[in-house]
Amino acid sequence: MRWLANILASLWLAVCAALPVVAQEEEAPIMSFPSPETTRGGEPAPPPEAREQVVAGISSDAVSITTSFDGSEIIIYGAVRRETPIPGSSLLNVIVTVEGPGRSVTIRRKQRKLGIWVNTESVVVGTAPSFYSVATTGALRLILDEAEDARYRISIPTAMRAFARPVNVDDPAHFTEAMINQRLADGTYNLRENGVQLVEDTLFRADFRLPANLIEGTYKVRIFLVRQGKVIDSYSAPLEVRKVGLERWLYRLAFDQPLLYGLMSLFIAAAAGWGASAAFRALQRK
Amino acid sequence: MQIYLPIAEVAVNAFLLIGLGGIVGLMSGMFGVGGGFLITPLLFFIGIPPAIAVATGANQVVASSVSGVLGHVKRRTVDFRMGGVLLVGGLIGSALGVEVFNLLQKVGQVELVVQLSYVIMLGVVGSMMFAESLRALRRTRAGARAKRRHHGWIHALPFRMKFRTSGLYLSVIPPLVVGMLVGVLSAMMGVGGGFIMVPAMIYLLGMPTKVVIGTSLFQITFVTAFTTLMHAVNYNTVDVMLAVLLIIGGVTGAQIGTQLGSRLRAEQLRILLALVVLGVCVKLAMDLFLTPENLYSLTPGII
Repeated sequence: MRWLANILASLWLAVCAALPVVAQEEEAPIMSFPSPETTRGGEPAPPPEAREQVVAGISSDAVSITTSFDGSEIIIYGAVRRETPIPGSSLLNVIVTVEGPGRSVTIRRKQRKLGIWVNTESVVVGTAPSFYSVATTGALRLILDEAEDARYRISIPTAMRAFARPVNVDDPAHFTEAMINQRLADGTYNLRENGVQLVEDTLFRADFRLPANLIEGTYKVRIFLVRQGKVIDSYSAPLEVRKVGLERWLYRLAFDQPLLYGLMSLFIAAAAGWGASAAFRALQRK
Repeated sequence: MQIYLPIAEVAVNAFLLIGLGGIVGLMSGMFGVGGGFLITPLLFFIGIPPAIAVATGANQVVASSVSGVLGHVKRRTVDFRMGGVLLVGGLIGSALGVEVFNLLQKVGQVELVVQLSYVIMLGVVGSMMFAESLRALRRTRAGARAKRRHHGWIHALPFRMKFRTSGLYLSVIPPLVVGMLVGVLSAMMGVGGGFIMVPAMIYLLGMPTKVVIGTSLFQITFVTAFTTLMHAVNYNTVDVMLAVLLIIGGVTGAQIGTQLGSRLRAEQLRILLALVVLGVCVKLAMDLFLTPENLYSLTPGII
């Protein structure tokens, strides 16, 4: 058991170093969904003797997008802090989520009209995460109550936010389902049951693969401790995803100086066209 | 080799983009089409958001048409005067097209209208061109000389002008109208419009085939440059990194295409272009008529 003690000790040091930063950033909720921290206030606190708290860290608190960026791995690790012995009456489960900035989406459905397929109906979702990944220690349906899921917005369908316009279709659920299925298929959303490794009911670790088509912004990492279907503690920290170097410079130029950017694009195009033409003429002369 | 595109916010294989640019550039040099009608759907297929595909496609067309037109200038196969008249019409049409586009967007049927007009126009133009060039090919095989068609009503119009390079004495109204139509298409579909303009110049204006391609490229260069700038300033949808990769392939392809084009006979060239146009038409028509794999589609943003 010495190795476990060693890991615990080093983890503890890492966590202590990370905690002040986390506590400070937690005060400003950035995402659109209700922050778990704020909902906790109205709930009856769990009895103090059963209190278990999560302490955690992320392998890096920022992801840099460079020209050669093709995805990134992040590791979210942590431990359960408790003053009393591990309650033996129920199983401890851990759920970790990573969520990208929300963006609005228009979902359209095609129908056959006069023999051709035409977009007829549409539903507009106000905010849907641009990336959403859930990792758990077990089957999500079995370890988490539906009411708790709805409150904390943990499972993939609940992470999608309200409709941006009055809905004028009979079956809006089909539309959001189609959106989720499409994003599950392309990997933008994913659920990995058993994606969190929990050791001795104390240490846990989850690996996340961030895809290459990542958009810039503040991502949100959340960790939930669950017993008997109820969330007993949660933790949340921001993860910055930023363009750097040439990527950042081009992006800023395109949005801050669009005319200059447009002229630059044209100049590059014209110069390349002229250059190729001149090069081929030189080649032919030889 | 994956490369991250700053504006499109996706990572794509760099060599795939260079290859796509090369194929489109080849067509551009051979046929005098900008290739927008190919590059835009191709970019869409590899996962570039549609708005960015349209705007960046226009930027790539600027490069390949500059590259193509310079070769033609050297060989004196550009009718600058005709190109200028077409360009004036093109810019007017482009401004009109933006208005129509906005109107359709409000009604929510922009996709359908664009797709339908693609199918109809490519179908009509492609089959007309195919039939005509087959006939021309048969005539030359039989040994008879192809005779220049005469359009009585076009020659009866006022405001006539001398187009020396084309050897025409023609009213400015038909080229202005052709240019305008192409400008409307350019703004609405993100294409240069060469696939419409080349046949129109041959069959409607009666221009000699050897100056048609250079003149068409000349007009396309300026119309797509205008379109690129409009998109960059109004919608921030030009991805210069994407454009550069496409351009590397495109300008090389355009040069090779110009060389190949000068070795092929005009009738053969026209048959090839007709086949490409018909191919794209059939593909688009199938998308409209066949049951789609996924009935639902996602578009970012509130539209």
